[in-house]
Amino acid sequence: MAIRGTEIKIQGLTHRYTPRSPVTFNRVDLVSPPGEALAIIGRSGCGKSTLLHILAGILKPTEGKVLLDGTVVGAPSPRWVMMFQAPHLFPWMTVSQNVGVGLSFGRWSKQETEERVKEAIKLVELENWAENNVQDLSGGQQQRVALARSLVMEPELLLLDEPFSALDAFTRASLQKDVRSIAKRKGFNIVFVTHDIDEAVIMGDRAVIMAGSPGNIVHELDIDLPDPRERTDPVVQSLRSRLMSMFQEAAHYKKPESATLT
Amino acid sequence: MNGNIASVGDSVISAGVSGNCFSRAMKATADKSLHFFVGLAFLLGLWWLAIYVVTLNPDNSAFSDFAPLAAFQALPDLWEDGTIPHALETTGGRLGAGMFLAIVIGVPIGILMGQIRWFQRLTNVPFQFLRMISPLSWEPIAVVVFSGWDEAIVFLIAIAAIWPIAFATAAGLAKVDPAWFKVARNLGAKPWQMVTRIIVPAIMFDILTGIRLSLGVAWIVVIPAEFLGVTSGFGYAIQDAREGLEYSNLMGMILMIGVVGFVLDSICVMLIRRFSWHRG
Repeated sequence: MAIRGTEIKIQGLTHRYTPRSPVTFNRVDLVSPPGEALAIIGRSGCGKSTLLHILAGILKPTEGKVLLDGTVVGAPSPRWVMMFQAPHLFPWMTVSQNVGVGLSFGRWSKQETEERVKEAIKLVELENWAENNVQDLSGGQQQRVALARSLVMEPELLLLDEPFSALDAFTRASLQKDVRSIAKRKGFNIVFVTHDIDEAVIMGDRAVIMAGSPGNIVHELDIDLPDPRERTDPVVQSLRSRLMSMFQEAAHYKKPESATLT
Repeated sequence: MNGNIASVGDSVISAGVSGNCFSRAMKATADKSLHFFVGLAFLLGLWWLAIYVVTLNPDNSAFSDFAPLAAFQALPDLWEDGTIPHALETTGGRLGAGMFLAIVIGVPIGILMGQIRWFQRLTNVPFQFLRMISPLSWEPIAVVVFSGWDEAIVFLIAIAAIWPIAFATAAGLAKVDPAWFKVARNLGAKPWQMVTRIIVPAIMFDILTGIRLSLGVAWIVVIPAEFLGVTSGFGYAIQDAREGLEYSNLMGMILMIGVVGFVLDSICVMLIRRFSWHRG
């Protein structure tokens, strides 16, 4: 399964849900190099999930654009796949069928589909559950299936919208490491939204903090740490403290007078 | 030594657990069978008693042919002279054609009602109005519109069966997790793939429940619809037996109508169990 990353360019991105509703975020600019794991953190309502949905092509921006290696994102595509907070698996399917469902929407041969599904299931270590109905699985295992369903598409960009927030602490910690490790091995980009500062430090190469209403990026921090990352590591804890200070500072962020949609 | 004892003990425990499960399953099956046969015996007893009471009056002695024993005795002859096989074939053909039309039209209508809000609002009153019209009241119109009686009966079955399917499909779709559509779209599903791979499997339970209800309605409609015009089918056979004063044959055919209806309903229940993904 060969996957490569992509250069993400967000240019002057502005969004409002309807012409009368308030601006969600205003003129956001961001560049992420190929293979980067980017964390977007911020308080509820600052527009980070909306930004992720625009990156996935599920929502359209009011102004501005998103470019992936120069291609404008305007609709969902197997090149940029989103994984949601809940696994949202199809309960009438087995693990294998769920993982292969995206391939079945495209023009893949049966043999190629089987090979890729098998490899994706192996990546998330669910080989023994491949032919089980997904309702037989625990919450953590179901989220692994959702991850395999995204990975099997061999995306250049994997978008994660608080994907582990509903899981217990042990499963969450294990999946955070797994996703980062798979992304680094395969070389694809990840952009993930989280409320969890620890998650941003454990999974990200860089964290950006969104704040304000309308939202914008107010801080960013490089997380230049070797893998594997442990929560108890003093360097991890130090970065966590810095990020927390930035987060608290961002909570008092006031939008500039000019930051309104014209 | 201890290990051996433990292993013997484990196997005893294991055999005990599986033995318990087995005996529980056997008991449940036995209970179900008992209830089935007791219910059936009660119905037969009631039938026999009713005829017995009626025939206590010598003026009503002709009613003895309506008794269960006479009806059961008539069945082999009705089978051998081809009455039952022919009725099964013709009524079954009409029912199959009518149900096919109802499914082919009802499921897409239900999907549209469940997916498109303006379509649901637009069609709700007209469909509820049409649903409440007794299917057999369409018969005079159907006879004028269609060239043959067969086509008219198929139309009556379809018009009766379409509504439970359409409304059950729409109700099923209303319960579907909208996130499934978002996920499927995110993975590149095209509109027709959304229907065939996501919507239909997700609401298969509701579609089949609608088909089960429709089949019950259609089976009730097809028999009286065959009273007029046609010279085949269960409805015609009953009418023919009545006119020939062959009451045991008449009751034999009624018995067969009940059996066929029960079998069709059981097939629907089996399909619902087979395709239902709901747990708990």
